[in-house]
Amino acid sequence: MQHARSLAPARQREGSPWTGLWAVVAKEMADYLTSARMMILEALILLTAFGTVYAASQNLRAGAGTSDDFLFLRLFTTAREPLPAFVGFLGLLVPLLAIALAFDSINGEFNQRTLSKVLAQPIYRDALLLGKFLAGLGTLALALTAIWLLIIGMGLLQLGVPPSGEETVRMLWFLLITIFYGGIWLALAMLFSIIFRQPATAALAAIAVWLFFTVFWGIIASLLARTLQPAPPGDTQALINQIQLELLLTRLSPNTLFSEVALAMLNPAVRALGIVLPIQLHNAIPGTPLPAGQSILLTWPHATGLIAATIVLFAIGYILFQRQEVRA
Amino acid sequence: MTDVVIECRDLTKQYGAFTAVDHLNLTVRKGEIFGLLGPNGAGKTTTILMLLGLTEPTSGSVKVLGLDPARQPLSVKARVGYLPDQVGFYDHLTARENLHYIAKLNGIREPELSKRINEALDQVGLSNVADRRVKTFSRGMRQRLGVAEILIKQPQLIIMDEPTLALDPEAVREFLDLIRQLKASGITILLSSHLLQQVQAVCDRVGLFHQGRMVLEGTVGELAQRVLGGAYRIHVEAEGGDAVAAALRALPDVVQVSANGSRYNVEARADLRAEIARKVIEAGGKLLGLSVDTPSLDEVYARYFQKGAAYAARA
Repeated sequence: MQHARSLAPARQREGSPWTGLWAVVAKEMADYLTSARMMILEALILLTAFGTVYAASQNLRAGAGTSDDFLFLRLFTTAREPLPAFVGFLGLLVPLLAIALAFDSINGEFNQRTLSKVLAQPIYRDALLLGKFLAGLGTLALALTAIWLLIIGMGLLQLGVPPSGEETVRMLWFLLITIFYGGIWLALAMLFSIIFRQPATAALAAIAVWLFFTVFWGIIASLLARTLQPAPPGDTQALINQIQLELLLTRLSPNTLFSEVALAMLNPAVRALGIVLPIQLHNAIPGTPLPAGQSILLTWPHATGLIAATIVLFAIGYILFQRQEVRA
Repeated sequence: MTDVVIECRDLTKQYGAFTAVDHLNLTVRKGEIFGLLGPNGAGKTTTILMLLGLTEPTSGSVKVLGLDPARQPLSVKARVGYLPDQVGFYDHLTARENLHYIAKLNGIREPELSKRINEALDQVGLSNVADRRVKTFSRGMRQRLGVAEILIKQPQLIIMDEPTLALDPEAVREFLDLIRQLKASGITILLSSHLLQQVQAVCDRVGLFHQGRMVLEGTVGELAQRVLGGAYRIHVEAEGGDAVAAALRALPDVVQVSANGSRYNVEARADLRAEIARKVIEAGGKLLGLSVDTPSLDEVYARYFQKGAAYAARA
């Protein structure tokens, strides 16, 4: 089919590529929401949400009286030893959840011998792949939104104050970014499920990429920056260049993008996500919060990057899937 | 459009240097059961995938129900039911849920949807297990569920790839009955198999595949005529000694007679049963039994591949 399209407009394919899309989405989402692995992961996330948010609210209550305009945001970011804050956990758990949803989406159908049967129905491959992706994203969105609401509910009970409009906007934007952060890993796991015939291989490959970005990329980026952009002692400009290169490299990792968004959205006092020179802080009042709109602007490039990466990964998977032979 | 359901002209498919299907010409008419025969790897499945538009031909043309599967895949797939070899199901779903998904993909809506699901389940005899998970189904039941998934879209043509493979004899018998029922309701069926007796039992015409080419095509009788050279094997049981044997040998059209006590095997170019009976009596023998082997596809197949090289050269 891809061949036919590239030849001439006269050989356009018949009908819409989205025929049957919603049938696929409905079926896949029902599968996801009832699958055992989804329940395990949801339980895990719920548990961390309860643990960390409870710990945070205890801390916040202890420190009540210190005037803080953003109590609700602190629920996400306050850590109490030995637990890290909830956002820290999210950075780890969301990729796992996404990978668990998608690592066997295509090769699973193949091994179950349902792929040729489904493709023999009057739908295009586009509908199958996009349907599976949308169902995964929808499942992620549903699970994360439920957890968000739970946290806000707990906050209301524990803190006894409602979130302000400002806080609500920040939390919503952060929720949206979190969903797309999951989208990247969903698209990656789906890509691997197209490339590898064994679901276990696909899962391992996706987890390897995740580990690489979580554990090693920071070290590698700093090493690379130091080699490519050496800064002799005393040369401030070279040092700035080096730091900026390192920042650029680390931002290739979705994990970095996500944690920077979390930092900027949940800490209104954060005014910039790069290096800030003292001269740039001239006339600024340290510690004053930014309006939510400004924080969104600050993280706009991150959001664009996360969404773009999701689309690129999905597109690569799409091309590979279109060219794949269906015969067993 | 006439009553031609499948028409292939010089259909060729190459995977790199390997030619899976080589200039295939095939015509299947409405209401026929056509059998694609051939050893594994002969190009049967590739041909089927091209008929469905799931693989693009390298060259040549295909028309299915007057449509081009590469350019109008949705129309073709809406009208053609495909049962892959060892069809798979979503094991964690029930039979009804599996059917529901397929019906949805075909754009069938309620209330038509429930009606068709129930009809299909009835027709394949799975109504009583409709709400059981497919995980618990036997192979025969899975195969019948596969047929139900096809029936749900009310197809004009059904393509089955090795449908009876790995079924037990009872399940095979039931399955062949089901195929005959489908034919009776006017559906054209294309069947690929290497299990010859079964193909012979249901097919009107067969095509023999070998290394991507269709080397023989016709009814089982025609093939036998061509490959076996019209040989009839007649079994005679008669008492009367050498006189009977001599009388048999004297008949025209008899190629060979081998004796084993009172039993004789006669190889002849025609069905000589009547003449043999008369000769035995005339020679003073007692005729105890007389039968002829109908030419079987097994024999055609075996014989063809025995002298396959010679035939390939002639074809």
